[in-house]
This record gives sequence, C-alpha cells and structure tokens, in this order.
Amino acid sequence: MQTFDLEALGLRKLNSTLHEQIEDTNQTAWEVINPKGSHAIAVGLDSPIEVTIKGSTGYYCGGMNQKATIKVVGSAGPGTAENMMSGKVIIEGDASQYAGATGHGGLLVIKGNASSRCGISMKGINIVVHGNIGHMSAFMAQSGNLVVCGDAGDALGDSCYEARLFVRGSVKSLGADCEEKEMRPEHIQILKELLAEAESDAKPEEFKRYGSARNLYNFDVDNAAAY
Amino acid sequence: MSSHDENGIPHTTPRQSATFTSDVNSDIRRAAATGIYDIRGGGAKRKVPNFDDLLFMGASISRYPLEGYREKCETSVTIGGLHASNPIELDIPITIAGMSFGALSGPAKEALGRGASAAGTSTTTGDGGMTPEERGHSSKLVYQYLPSRYGMNPDDLRKADAIEIVVGQGAKPGGGGMLLGQKISDRVAEMRNLPKGIDQRSACRHPDWTGPDDLEIKILELREITGWRVPIYVKVAGARPYYDVTLAVKAGADAVVLDGMQGGTAATQDVFIEHVGQPTLAIIRPAVQALQDLGMHRKVQLILSGGIRSGADVAKAMALGADAVAIGSAALIALGDNDPKWETEYNKLGTTAGAYDDWHEGKDPAGITTQDPELMKRFDPIEGGRRLRNYLKVMTLEAQTIARACGKNHMHNLEPEDLVALTMEAAAMARVPLSGTDWWPGKPGTGY
Ligand SMILES: Cc1cc2nc3c(=O)[nH]c(=O)nc-3n(C[C@H](O)[C@H](O)[C@H](O)COP(=O)(O)O)c2cc1C
Repeated sequence: MQTFDLEALGLRKLNSTLHEQIEDTNQTAWEVINPKGSHAIAVGLDSPIEVTIKGSTGYYCGGMNQKATIKVVGSAGPGTAENMMSGKVIIEGDASQYAGATGHGGLLVIKGNASSRCGISMKGINIVVHGNIGHMSAFMAQSGNLVVCGDAGDALGDSCYEARLFVRGSVKSLGADCEEKEMRPEHIQILKELLAEAESDAKPEEFKRYGSARNLYNFDVDNAAAY
Repeated sequence: MSSHDENGIPHTTPRQSATFTSDVNSDIRRAAATGIYDIRGGGAKRKVPNFDDLLFMGASISRYPLEGYREKCETSVTIGGLHASNPIELDIPITIAGMSFGALSGPAKEALGRGASAAGTSTTTGDGGMTPEERGHSSKLVYQYLPSRYGMNPDDLRKADAIEIVVGQGAKPGGGGMLLGQKISDRVAEMRNLPKGIDQRSACRHPDWTGPDDLEIKILELREITGWRVPIYVKVAGARPYYDVTLAVKAGADAVVLDGMQGGTAATQDVFIEHVGQPTLAIIRPAVQALQDLGMHRKVQLILSGGIRSGADVAKAMALGADAVAIGSAALIALGDNDPKWETEYNKLGTTAGAYDDWHEGKDPAGITTQDPELMKRFDPIEGGRRLRNYLKVMTLEAQTIARACGKNHMHNLEPEDLVALTMEAAAMARVPLSGTDWWPGKPGTGY
C-alpha cells in the first residue's frame, strides 16, 4: 500500500503519480490522506489500480476514470465519476450534484444519497445509489442503468433516451417523456447483478422500472407543449 | 390589369407591405402548413454592420509602407502559452472552426484537416466527437468539450493538441445543438450512443458545471487529466463579450474564441439565428477591452469568428485586437458548398446556389453536409483539401498585403488607428473614426 499525503505533496503530484502507473504496475494499492475536499482528485486514471481516499472530496473526483477502482471514505462533491469509461467509483457517504454525469461505462456506487441531476446525460455507465436521489436525475440519459434503492425526486428521467431507471421507493414525479415500464426477467437479472456488485441487499423484485416513452424522439407538433 | 374600374375611377398601384414582405408571408404560410419552426443551417442572413463598413487608410507621409513580397510581414501566432507546456504554434492567424462530424461527412472533415495542415493551421472537432479521419489528417487538432459530451473520452482528450470548452456559438447563444433523424447514420448513432434515426437534441448547458466558479474547477480537472500540456480555450457566443471574456480569463482560459451572430451553425431555429446575439463587428472591442483591463491582451489569445470571408476581414479583426480568426462557412464554400455547378439539383430542392441552407436534411448536392453514402461520393477530400489550402493562402496573402500597406512587419502590429469607418454604426461598434472625421459615437470626451 502506497500512502500519499495530498496536503503535503499537492494535486499535480498526486494525479501525475497515478497516471504513471502502467497496466501491469505492482503498486496497485494507493491511499490518499488529507483530501480535505480538494477538487479533481484521481482524475483521468487509466490503469487497474485501487485508490482509497480517506476523507471527503471536492468536484470531479474520479472524473473520466478508466479501469481504476476509486473509493471515497467520506462524501463526494459535484460531478464525481463524471464521464467515467470503465472501472469503479465507490462513495461511502453522500454525493453532490451530477454524480456520474455523461458516464460511458463502469460502475458508480453511492452508499449514501445522491443530490440532483444524478446520472445526467449518462451514456452507458451503471449507477447504484443505496439512498435517495434528487430532482432532474437521469435528465437526457442515453443508456446504462440507474438503480435507486431509496426514493427519487422530481422530474425523474426528463427527456431520457434508452437508459433504464430502476427505483425501489417513491418517485416524486416523472419528467417529460418518462414513463413506468414493464419489469421483465432480463431486468431482474440486470438488477440482481448490479445490486450484488454494489453490496446492496435490496431485492430486485422490489423495484419499478422507468424509461423513455419515446414520444419526443421525432418532432411532432402535437407534443409541442413538452418541448 | 386594368388601370381604371368600370366607372373610370383609377386604381391605386398595388402596394406590397414593408412589414408583411413576401419573405415574411412565406414564413407564415410555412408555419401554418407544418406547425414547426423553421430549422436551417448557416448564419444570420440579415444585413448587420460588418467589416465591409471599415476601411484601412494605408501609408502616407507619416506612416511608410513595407515593400510587397520583399520586406517580411510575419503571420505566425502562438496560442495558449499562458498555462500550457505545449502551446499551439500556427503559421497563419486563420484557423478552422469546430464543425461536427454528423453535420459534416467524414470525407469533409478529412478535407478540412488536409487543407488546414497544408496551410500550417489548426482544425477543430465538434459536437459528435473526434473521428480518425480528422485526427489523422490534422497536424493540429483542437478537441471540443461540449455540453452534449457526445463521444467524449479521455483517450481522444489526450490525443488533442488543445481543448475548447464550448459555452456558446454566435449563431445561437444559449441554444443547444440539433441533428435531425435524417442524418443519424449507423456511424453517427454509434459515436453519439443514441438510437438511429431520431432527432438529436444537444443540451444547451454543460451537465456538470454552471457559472464561472465551476468553470474554473472544470478547467482544473481537464488540465489535470491532460497533465497541463495542452492549451484550454473557452468558446463563447457574442452575447456579453466584456463580461464573458473577463470570466473566461478569470476561470483560467488560455484563449477565448468569440463568435458573432453571423457565425454559421449546422442546424438551429431560424428565429434564433436571426434574432439572438450581437454582430461580430460589435463584440471585438469590448472583448479586447476586457483583456486589456486584466493585463491579459496578447497573453490570453482572442480568436474571433462569425462571417470572416477574406484577408481584408482577417486584417480588420486583427487591427481591432484579435490574435487570430476562425472560419466555418467560408471553409465549406472553399470545399464546394453551394457551388453553382449543382444549380439544377438546388432547384429541385426548392432553392438556388448560394441560398442552400437546409444542411440538416442531409441532402447536400455537394456531398459535404450529409451522411448519405451516394452524395458523399461526389466529394473528393484530397481535392477539397487542396482548395481549402489555396483559399487559406490567398486570405493570408491578402491580409499581408494590407498589413504591409499600413507599414506593419507582423499582422499583430495592425491597430485600430489604421482604420476608419464608413457608417456611424460601424464607427460606434469598432470605436474608430467615421471616415473624414476624428470622431465616433461614444468617443470619450466628445460629450455624445
Ligand atoms: C456545419 C457547421 C457545423 C458547426 N458545428 C459546430 C459545433 O459542433 N460546435 C461549435 O462550437 N460550433 C459549430 N459551428 C460553428 C463554428 O464553429 C463557428 O463558430 C462558425 O462557423 C463561425 O462563423 P462562420 O461560419 O461565419 O465562419 C458549426 C458551424 C457550421 C457551419
């Protein structure tokens, strides 16, 4: 285990050291101490290393992650794991706005609650939130799965495309063109795998699925009020 | 038509309304028939004060000229030296603006790369991500970071020579992108991770930041991902240039791209193009003023776009304080867009060469703004690249001709004092004297 004191050594040194870790590095386990809410911690990683951050992070922790596993033992600021491509980001506490925004792949696990716009514009990422999510989550979500073990706020899935949204608790309101969908066996299977990987003991059968009604896919004057 | 009625009373001459013109009436009829606003490509078609309203004075007894072709007039420009370890070095101050793959075909993007590289300048990706064609053929490629983040990934980010965070476009300040179903081929759909054939809306705001304080952190993140190597530009529409430039610089931009209302777009609502944003001529001086007030003029580069057509436009933009310009529409015309040789086909589409702007429909007779494989075959990227290179060279020679006539050995030495304006409006916007006077509206100390 390599320990990196962020306060003493600075952000540039942290990210450049993590970027230097090549595919078959033998320094696979890293611990970052004294993050103190700094922004852009462990961004742009590109190797299968494990980074544990002991404390809370600012904006964009784990941004554009590829292959790495990043764990925040604390809460994460806005845009955590934004545009993640692969790998895993785990937030032990809560996550602020835009968690997992535009992510293309990998798994984001939020053990606490997530704020508004969770999974905005997601493009293939899987997100599992153990608690609740805020308003406008999965806005324009394109693909991937958003799993919410608690409740969802207003306007869930507004203008979403092909992303699958699973909510166990209540949904305050659905956004434009988002509707409840049938739960089929393949969805139960997806949930089973994601919940197991995210260490949640929620039962797949307890969830409802939401997704695009596909009424706004091509412009139609009769839907003008929804635009 | 008889001139009198049956009682011998003369008819008045039928008079068309200046308010309800035939253009307006056709817009109303189109709206009534379809129930959807008019979408089109291109920039504002209305007449606004522009660079044609400015003139250079040239040399005289007090200013002596440089000898054409013999005495050097430098054109090189370095962009992004403030924070980046690898700034962009361009031979000419004319760059190719960001145009999306999706709006343009793969071969058209390749031609832009070929032409720009041969002329020693950069080209720019667009909404839809980076294609191998343009990366492969562009010696310097600027990678746009847009609200949609279509195709955004860290590998391409690290392949870029600069990153351009797009906040706005001159054609549609505050508007997002649009790519209608007709142009969503398999390849475009896959790059954007969306179903084929649907109308794609690109968001108008970034999904993970709002406001200047967030932008500063976003720039930090992008720099950390790319190791502080490449410059980061911020592109803004010509909305509130003084404040936008100030805030972009404060957020840590290496360069600001400023796009006026004549700037082209691939597709948006006509009402947006014609009624939102300020003319290119009007936005330069406030932007330069912002840089000067921050002590950042020439340190943070200003790249101006929106209706740049000729070396004269380049020289005028630079005299008013821009470090470089970017061209979109003009580059497409150089490639063969709107060429009269396709006139019969334009006629079939209900238009005429020069006016064709339904780029979103994907039926471009010139094979440039399309994803139709048959139409794309009409366009040869090698020939297109050659034409673009020629055009860029001509613009540069023209700009040098003017700069030498004004006695400048570098394009950057052109200054507002070299210019006069032909109209009051242009004088006020460019803050140069009305021709024949030493005055412009708003000149400090003149009481007007
Ligand atoms: C076909 C086309 C596609 C465009 N796509 C983009 C884009 O993806 N992103 C962007 O920031 N600007 C885009 N623009 C705007 C240009 O980057 C640039 O601001 C504009 O073309 C400059 O004005 P000009 O066309 O008068 O030269 C596009 C313009 C055109 C003509």
